[in-house]
Amino acid sequence: MSSRSLPLDPSIAPPGTRNFRDAGGIPADQWHADQNGETLVPTHCCFCGVQCGMYLRVNRAGKVFGVEPRDHDINRMRLCPKGINAYQQVNHPDRLTAPLMRRSRDEPFREASWEEALDFTVAEIRRIQGAHGNDAFGLLGGASLFSEKTYLVGKFGRVALKTRHVDYNGRLCMVSAAGANKLAFGIDRAGNPFSDILLTDCLLIAGSNVGECFPVMTQYLWGARDRGATLIVVDPRETAVARTADIHVALKPGTDAAFFNAVLNVVISEGLTDEQFLAEHTTGWDEVRSTVASYTPERAADICGIPASQVVQVARTFAGARRAMAWHARGIEHHSQGVENCLTVINLCAATGNLGKPGAGYGTITGQGNGQGGREHGQKADLLPGGRSITDPEHRRQICEIWGIEESELPSAGTSMMEMVWQMQRQEIRGLIGICNNPFVSLPNYATVKAGYDCLEFHAQFDFFLSETAANAHVVFPVTTWAEDEGVMANAEARVVKHNKAQEPPGGVRTDTWVMCQLAQRLGVGDKFVFPGSREVFEELRIASAGTVNDYYGITYERLEESGGISWPCPSTDHPGTPRLFEDGQTFHPDRKVHMQVVEWHPPMDPYDEEHPMSLTTGRTVAHFLSGNQTRRLGALVEQTPRPWVEIHPSHGFRNGAPVRVVTRRGSGVFPALVTEAIRPDTVFIPYHWPVPTAANALTIDALDPRSKIPEYKVCACRIEAAERIDEVPAPPTGPGRQAYPAAQVSRTDPLPPTSPQGRGTAERS
Amino acid sequence: MMGRTIFIDPGRCIGCQACVSACRECDSHRGKSMIHLDYPDEGHSVASLPTVCMHCEDPVAPCAEVCPADAILVTADGVVQQADTTRCIGCANCVNACPFGVPKIDLQAKLQMKCNLCYDRTAYGLAPMCATVCPTGALFYGTLEELQAERPGVQVADSFTFGDVVVSTGVAMVVPADKVQWPVPGGLPIVEVNGKDVAR
Repeated sequence: MSSRSLPLDPSIAPPGTRNFRDAGGIPADQWHADQNGETLVPTHCCFCGVQCGMYLRVNRAGKVFGVEPRDHDINRMRLCPKGINAYQQVNHPDRLTAPLMRRSRDEPFREASWEEALDFTVAEIRRIQGAHGNDAFGLLGGASLFSEKTYLVGKFGRVALKTRHVDYNGRLCMVSAAGANKLAFGIDRAGNPFSDILLTDCLLIAGSNVGECFPVMTQYLWGARDRGATLIVVDPRETAVARTADIHVALKPGTDAAFFNAVLNVVISEGLTDEQFLAEHTTGWDEVRSTVASYTPERAADICGIPASQVVQVARTFAGARRAMAWHARGIEHHSQGVENCLTVINLCAATGNLGKPGAGYGTITGQGNGQGGREHGQKADLLPGGRSITDPEHRRQICEIWGIEESELPSAGTSMMEMVWQMQRQEIRGLIGICNNPFVSLPNYATVKAGYDCLEFHAQFDFFLSETAANAHVVFPVTTWAEDEGVMANAEARVVKHNKAQEPPGGVRTDTWVMCQLAQRLGVGDKFVFPGSREVFEELRIASAGTVNDYYGITYERLEESGGISWPCPSTDHPGTPRLFEDGQTFHPDRKVHMQVVEWHPPMDPYDEEHPMSLTTGRTVAHFLSGNQTRRLGALVEQTPRPWVEIHPSHGFRNGAPVRVVTRRGSGVFPALVTEAIRPDTVFIPYHWPVPTAANALTIDALDPRSKIPEYKVCACRIEAAERIDEVPAPPTGPGRQAYPAAQVSRTDPLPPTSPQGRGTAERS
Repeated sequence: MMGRTIFIDPGRCIGCQACVSACRECDSHRGKSMIHLDYPDEGHSVASLPTVCMHCEDPVAPCAEVCPADAILVTADGVVQQADTTRCIGCANCVNACPFGVPKIDLQAKLQMKCNLCYDRTAYGLAPMCATVCPTGALFYGTLEELQAERPGVQVADSFTFGDVVVSTGVAMVVPADKVQWPVPGGLPIVEVNGKDVAR
């Protein structure tokens, strides 16, 4: 230990430093004061489901020009590189500032007036629906939209377009967890706030690369460990969090249900169940117990490719802890049995009595900023506002009354996002409006997606950059960024937070709300879409959610600004919100019990054979967000992770950076090898944020979970072979007359292999 | 000597490079980052750690000591400032002298740049930008007491050995509690400083 004491001499601290913590760490007052005339607008990050608080720096001309950390409850000033760089997209040279239009895909885009673009769109909607029925026109929303806009998407689809085909890209995110939560608990959200993690004694992270996907959440993990919590990570890769875990279970992709069933088997055989909790608060336990009896540690070891002793170790550690928590994400949800994987984790929590207590419970980590809020108010094919079921007559009646339409006018349930693509191929859907989504990069099996979209007679997209999908459309509406409008999002804890407007949108840009209202007016239902701004939509949303499980009625903009966030359900304006669910073991089913569900493991949908003996799994990097339409344009993030790679175990004999062709039954791509001991020898990994020919999703399978309809991104059969040269990364498309962001372009065309951009271990030094 | 300083905890680093982006965004370095993200065991582990200027105290700032143009100011509170733009000649002596490999040279501008502990922010009572945003606390700014209040039992070191040379620093490093050595090995031994073989 140091012979000197630290810190050194506080009496000579830099001016003001000593007051920093004393002032609560909030620099706002001092910093808000005149710093070259700038103002700080409190808001939240536009990206992932953590929803970090931040200030946007606005100069005297009213333009966003920087970011300043903000001491919000969720992130306590911390930000990840995406959050720090997010402001750069607001005034980015690639921004679309006029509607783009063309009458066929053979023509180039031209800039058009709003009147022309809106009139053309409505004429096409009328033509297609007149000839082929209302359901021939589809609507796909996005989980990056504010909740007000997702509410409006659902209403616009059902009331203005009168189509049943309404869905959203959150379908690719956490619908498996949502389905499992609904089945087990009768409510669709995480059970505990992030802060409960700090109180746990054992933290199980399943299928979540927290360090790269939700970096700011890591502070809670490390906080728990500072207080002595044990960390268990279940992941085929040794991620930054897995590296420091007490137990890292590197199981084979697609075997999670077998593993968690086996853990429960050991919990039972060692007498570690909470029998009182099971007797008082659960149903279905006997069936679950008899099912998991066949999942011995030895059988799980065989299926999962791990030592049987690890199953026993995890069971003893989790069930033996006084308070234990399980958090999971896409790693166990992106599967053809994604819902069932989540249910096995819920069964484990319920069997050990770890629900509804500080430091004990269950949570799902949302990928998209509004992945949670995005489906709560009717943007999903089978849901109406307030999480109401579109097939429930009483729910339909309630919403029709609020919307002022006849129940006969309300369409029935539609199909999911991937199913809609198949319907496009079959010409059952001939026209589509897409709002802030980019399926050309984000959906699996790119060839099918492209073929589906190419069959569309008319396709319009809303976006603020020309995404790969928008570049294939007939009409592109330039809409606002998150910094140019106000609205709410619900983060992974179901905490509703308010985003504030920091600058006026560039000339020619309109809000998504304005565009939908204009289209509705031209479609003859303008009287049901009188919304000057988000505030008016939110007031209708509050009323539409009142009395439901997803109750927002007590949440107001003013309360959100005062409190920094309120968790739903919040039924009245004096209700404090509900950060933690299931206290006293009470769920939201009519019998208030946890409905435990039987799960039998089945293998992934893409079978292994001699041609395709290995597993391909996909995921994210910390520098990029989803399809990369936003982050692949920001120089610092492009420099940090300029291109995708394929992670390969050294046993395959590739040199670091060598071109490797990855072949699946859908296609192939050539990526530089990142030779690493951090991945199983039978598995390879490719990050998915890039378009073809460097698209992981040109390779993944479009098999769906039968209940949640989430694609099986996280496992498909593949083989790897040596190749001649690495596929070049294409630049993101830009609108007519615009130059791509030059600094980013330099890195984007860089053919060099990866240099451990996120600290992935490599087997040989490059 | 500073009242508050940065503590680097490699055990918490997730390699996200938020610190690198943040440094690029701070007002004194806008556009350029003064942080390195290092991979100490790149062959076999995903381990990573951020390297900021350690603000050497004893010997006082080797970078400043060797600067022929007296361009590097060490303030009374122990902060080793980046080179004065009116004095720096871009000779890179400081780069060679730094035992931690911190200063960078902009060859076109003939200017040295390095971490100045965000003097523009600390002067206003703010933490340096990198330590403010670090999602994991791998970079922590405050006093040792504040650090220990958050992380009970944490042990730190502020002296590093390079061969026979011991360098004491203003920035401290969290060291594993069960493997405390003093001083902490700082890397390859320095064999020559100003023409003198210091290893003997």
